[in-house]
Amino acid sequence: MSPKTLYDKIWDAHVAHEAEDGTCLLYIDRHLVHEVTSPQAFEGLRMTNRTVRAPDKTIAVPDHNVPTTLDRANAATMTEDSRIQVEALDKNAKDFGIHYYPVSDVRQGIVHIVGPEQGWTLPGMTVVCGDSHTATHGAFGALAHGIGTSEVEHVLATQTLIQRKGKNMKVEITGKLALGVTAKDITLSVIGETGTAGGTGYVIEYCGEAIRDLSMEGRMTVCNMAIEGGARAGLIAPDEKTFEYCKGRPHAPKGAQWEAAIAWWKTLYSDDDAHWDKVVTIRGEDIAPVVTWGTSPEDVLPITAKVPAASDFTGGKVDSAQRSLDYMGLTPGTPLSDIEIDTVFIGSCTNGRIEDLRAAAAILKGKKIKVKRAMIVPGSGLVRAQAEEEGLADIFKEAGFEWRLAGCSMCLAMNPDQLSEGERCVSTSNRNFEGRQGYKGRTHLVSPGMAAAAAITGKLTDVREMM
Amino acid sequence: MDKFTTLTGIAAPMPLVNIDTDMIIPKQFLKTIKRSGLGVNLFDEMRFDRQGNEIPDFVLNQDAYRNAEILVAGDNFGCGSSREHAPWAIKDFGIRCVISTSFADIFYNNCFKNGILPIALPAEAVDVLMKDAEKGANARMTVDLAAQTVTTSDGEVFSFEVDAFKKHCLIEGLDDIGLTMAKADSIQSFETQAAQARPWV
Repeated sequence: MSPKTLYDKIWDAHVAHEAEDGTCLLYIDRHLVHEVTSPQAFEGLRMTNRTVRAPDKTIAVPDHNVPTTLDRANAATMTEDSRIQVEALDKNAKDFGIHYYPVSDVRQGIVHIVGPEQGWTLPGMTVVCGDSHTATHGAFGALAHGIGTSEVEHVLATQTLIQRKGKNMKVEITGKLALGVTAKDITLSVIGETGTAGGTGYVIEYCGEAIRDLSMEGRMTVCNMAIEGGARAGLIAPDEKTFEYCKGRPHAPKGAQWEAAIAWWKTLYSDDDAHWDKVVTIRGEDIAPVVTWGTSPEDVLPITAKVPAASDFTGGKVDSAQRSLDYMGLTPGTPLSDIEIDTVFIGSCTNGRIEDLRAAAAILKGKKIKVKRAMIVPGSGLVRAQAEEEGLADIFKEAGFEWRLAGCSMCLAMNPDQLSEGERCVSTSNRNFEGRQGYKGRTHLVSPGMAAAAAITGKLTDVREMM
Repeated sequence: MDKFTTLTGIAAPMPLVNIDTDMIIPKQFLKTIKRSGLGVNLFDEMRFDRQGNEIPDFVLNQDAYRNAEILVAGDNFGCGSSREHAPWAIKDFGIRCVISTSFADIFYNNCFKNGILPIALPAEAVDVLMKDAEKGANARMTVDLAAQTVTTSDGEVFSFEVDAFKKHCLIEGLDDIGLTMAKADSIQSFETQAAQARPWV
């Protein structure tokens, strides 16, 4: 048998049909659904008298535009159009008999945090969702990627996707990370290296000692932003940490089935002499705590650097860098650590898990914030409960952070959590696009520790100075 | 789905690189439960000020390009969010074809589901087409999907690649869910076999 990559193995195990021209029907093991990209898909099913083929493999949760304030049980906290979308999901989940975690359920949260937490996401699976950050689930060695609404409808109706196989890319992070360097710094640094289109057409497998050393939470952070590097999916081969995380989760297999699952999961790795279409290697020791300065996730620099000039770039990037500098209100040559900020947001499917909150709390303990506003939005109701049990919530509140309920919140600002014009925010989310966190809002992407450090000083800050 | 065969129309130049789907359709317009009506919100924050007035510099606000049916754009068009509202808005505005050096995967796929043809060409070709688009309303490009060519207003022809199955669906305007449902037997037998091999799924 010819050697295979992890992607090859998962792909081969899920091809339900292959046409002569290589177009495949890829079988989908888990379909995650949220309120924003699904209403038109369910409507399409109704119009054509189609049904959901595998409701037991379909899991829905509202997350994108739910309020995160403590009074959200009051319907008046939502705009009418948001309420209609959430009510549509309530109804669609009921009508089509799919698994559902409504806003009132403690297990509700960001779909990419709920899936792994409940044991829906398991190694070797194919996972899709009408959301580009579905790449998150790749941390389990699952082939997971975002799809559009037409494809959501296709998966609902057929439990398959029409696909052609992508190319294999290996991203190896060798050695150890230095103090203060996190999974977020890895994933941003990779994008800084490859660019936002570097992964287009590829599935990335992240490997190397620095990746193996990460917790499952950290691995999810790395895979989450594969899409910002252009790759639909990022993968990490499952290992004992993965199995330990999955064990005992509500929807993980039990007993003899668990043993059978483990036996298969242990075969899920890239063979030594597998073919890679592209290889990127970065030394873990060379990665610093980073921050984005512009309006593309590839605009990454170490916190010790200075704001670049448009003339530092070439080609089409010259104009776009100038546009970014104007939008961000930055002057070339300014040390990044001199940039004053207004707001701190900690949360999102990138960095809204318990480990992220622990990292922020470690910096914030006994300190007070200097920014105008700061909020922590846990990724799920269960993350929130755990943070309260561990005493983290008290640290956040004493520091001056708002302690919110679970949701996507200011990552994409579809709910009331938005930046105002010119407001400068340090954010643990995944996109610094123009207008992403609010009209003319300015976003600097960082790790949770860096966000906490910035909250205390009121400026972009090197977290290592506080460790 | 609407068919796409040939198109002769005005092409609007947008040389900016990394145009993301948040720019194409900002999130406040995702709170719809319909597919239609998003054309008025296409590129909203680049196109209108906060009072709803047109920003004159923006290409689609210039008289020459108000009726553009083709967009010639910078590298990595459609990156970011998977929102299909982006191609819905593009189509609803009246644009049926986008040309760039590269597209983000999810956006590229979403276009074909909505009767829009995304064309990826080498940088040298996109440069020529960008210059042609900059000539304004009198310079009309022609796109021929069957022949897989784009022809400038000067008659210069560029050939492009497109997946045969996607091309077929676009030319015929096929509903791919129907096509897949015709293969229900294959799906059923896969499910039976997978239930034995991986019963925990």
